[in-house]
Amino acid sequence: MSRVRSLTIGGFGLIDFLFYLVSLAALLLLLSEAVIHPAEFAQITIFGITDGAMYALVALGYTMVYGIIELINFAHGDLFTLGAYIGTIVLGFFAVGEESFSVINLLALLVVFPVVMLILGAVNVTIERIAYRPLRNAPRLAPLITAIGMSFVLEGVMFLYSGPATVHFPDILPHGPGWQTTIGGVFIAFKDIFVVVVAAILVALLAVFINRSKLGKAMRATAQDRDAAQLMGIDINRTIAATFFIGALLAGAGGIIWGLYFNNIEYHLGFRTGLIAFTAAVFGGIGNIPGAALGGLLIGMISAYSDSYIGSTWTEVVIFGILIGVLVLRPTGLLGMRVPEK
Amino acid sequence: MSEPVAAGKRRSLFARLNLRERIRDRDQAVYGVLLLVALVFPWADYFVTGSTSDVSKAAHAGTWVLLAIGLNVVVGFAGLLDLGYAAFFAIGAYTYALFASAQLASSPLHHQYHIPFWIMIFVGMLVAASFGAILGFPTLRLRGDYLAIVTLGFGEIVPQLSFNLSQWTGGINAIGGIDQPWLPFWITGPWAGANSIATIQNFTCRVSWSQQLFPCYAFSFDPVAYYVLIVILIIGAVILVSNLYRSRIGRAWMAIREDEVAAAAMGINTVTTKLLAFSIGASFSGFAGAYYGASIGLVSPDSFFFVVSITVLVMVVLGGMGNISGVIVGALVIYYILYSFLPAMPPFVENLANNLGLSSLDHVNGNWPGLASATQRLNFLIFGLILVLVMLLRPQGLFPSRVREQELKHAAVQEEETVVEQAQAV
Repeated sequence: MSRVRSLTIGGFGLIDFLFYLVSLAALLLLLSEAVIHPAEFAQITIFGITDGAMYALVALGYTMVYGIIELINFAHGDLFTLGAYIGTIVLGFFAVGEESFSVINLLALLVVFPVVMLILGAVNVTIERIAYRPLRNAPRLAPLITAIGMSFVLEGVMFLYSGPATVHFPDILPHGPGWQTTIGGVFIAFKDIFVVVVAAILVALLAVFINRSKLGKAMRATAQDRDAAQLMGIDINRTIAATFFIGALLAGAGGIIWGLYFNNIEYHLGFRTGLIAFTAAVFGGIGNIPGAALGGLLIGMISAYSDSYIGSTWTEVVIFGILIGVLVLRPTGLLGMRVPEK
Repeated sequence: MSEPVAAGKRRSLFARLNLRERIRDRDQAVYGVLLLVALVFPWADYFVTGSTSDVSKAAHAGTWVLLAIGLNVVVGFAGLLDLGYAAFFAIGAYTYALFASAQLASSPLHHQYHIPFWIMIFVGMLVAASFGAILGFPTLRLRGDYLAIVTLGFGEIVPQLSFNLSQWTGGINAIGGIDQPWLPFWITGPWAGANSIATIQNFTCRVSWSQQLFPCYAFSFDPVAYYVLIVILIIGAVILVSNLYRSRIGRAWMAIREDEVAAAAMGINTVTTKLLAFSIGASFSGFAGAYYGASIGLVSPDSFFFVVSITVLVMVVLGGMGNISGVIVGALVIYYILYSFLPAMPPFVENLANNLGLSSLDHVNGNWPGLASATQRLNFLIFGLILVLVMLLRPQGLFPSRVREQELKHAAVQEEETVVEQAQAV
């Protein structure tokens, strides 16, 4: 599509120019801050990376679903919250100790991840079957509206369960004086490392799965050209269901990690988190799996910097400003995406 | 040889006229019923209940009807998903509130403005429309679902900004004491209420540009006055939108909705046409926002959250995307469910449980919050289910437009119909 530009400086849009100027100024300010207060800056960066790891897990689900059926799965953020909720229920079956780390805690951790992830996978495949598959050939507006509807249904179920109050997520990770350290004025706890390591392992597993397995190959083929893939004998419905299943696995893991890290969850947590994760997916280039991981990390860091240097009430404005800016100026994101075709 | 051609022409013309008549009939019937109800409602309600509280509710419902009519232009006519519709509503409301209250006196401007409602409602409309144009211009060139996301982000930013810029907007404290509309005393009518004569004698208004005092009738918080005003506004909006729908632009919108590439190939400038739909939708929202600010007298950031956008979307989807009369009915039905039916449910369910001997359900027990609050918590679920079920079972909505229905019909069915029609004509 031809781009209409009324205000240009040598073929470079004035709006683009202003946007990049603002970004550059922000980057320089950050750098100056890093030089003046290195310890504080490093601390904020660590917060940003842990947040970003969680956003990345959710963003992967958005990007995979968008890559394969070009649907913004609004329910994905709420799926993430649902994971945290089911996590509290599963952990309720164990006599976990929040004061100190025990064998039971370890056992609970080993059980809660697979159980929640599998339940969420089943939920997401059901949602796809009920709300998206019948509308696959309908106008684009239809599945988007059912996606919003499913998001409200999931939120409604959690609201029915817990009401508007925050729910406590058991703090079962090892914590306390023995599990944290201060390096050069920077405080690092075991939790931070745990979050990043688990997220990194999951992303690595996903990358191997997508690139090496047969189903992963089928997914890539379906994303590229659904009709051609079908002609090659790929079961489209199964492949799409598998995509939803895997996206939900990651969202479930993200939900549990979020709960373990922050220990507080709310029924509408997924709306904001999902929107930020979607921003991350767009930022990295929607449909692009490494892009979503990178975008998640960057958005986590940007929101941490914005929280500390601008003020937490402005973070949402900054993040959604970035979302609008990226969509308008560089809709392919940082790492690019498959060519959008109608 | 020319005879069959002429006959064919006559038949097709006849068939088309017939179709048009059917559309007009049905829409006119719905409009007629709605207008009749709108005229009779205040009298009947006052006669039955002896109070005007329901009329005030109806005036509030009118705001939502206006919003739904506006969103219908964006979603129903042009097929663009706008998830930040409440942002334009907020922009209209804040535009009116800032220039018709004492708020700006405590802002860095140090001067308060009191511009009359009748001017500001159009200013609010224009401001919202220009915000729509500014937001839409860069994004409407992108894919359709990107617009949904950009508007969603915008819809989050605007309430957050009105929280953050508390110097100007009062932030969490909201803007109160907003001016009410007023009319010169010689324009009298049902809006003058029961004590209109007394008001005329005692009330004076000052036009902002002159220091002179006029005898006038101020709306104050008289529900009947707002009711009459909103009914007039809705009638105006319906006439405007249905004319747009039948115009060249309306046909271009529908062409874009059905197939953008084909529409572009037919010579429609898709960007301008979509931008027009988006801005017109936004202007209705701004218009409704100014009315809302005046009728409530208080504008606060938390009345413009995402839920508002979704509520309007549910109204449009349920009523039938693209059909004006359907959307009005949808808005009224959803308003009734939200503001009358659901609030009445918890006590009703509690009583029912008592009568059935299940009163133990009424009390808080562990995770169970009691039947009443459990019922209260159902809102989200009901909303979501309405959206999903309507899209799956009846995507054309409760009251689909005849044109849309025809479009949705399978080509084979249409062919069959023409064959039948031709056979009948022969």
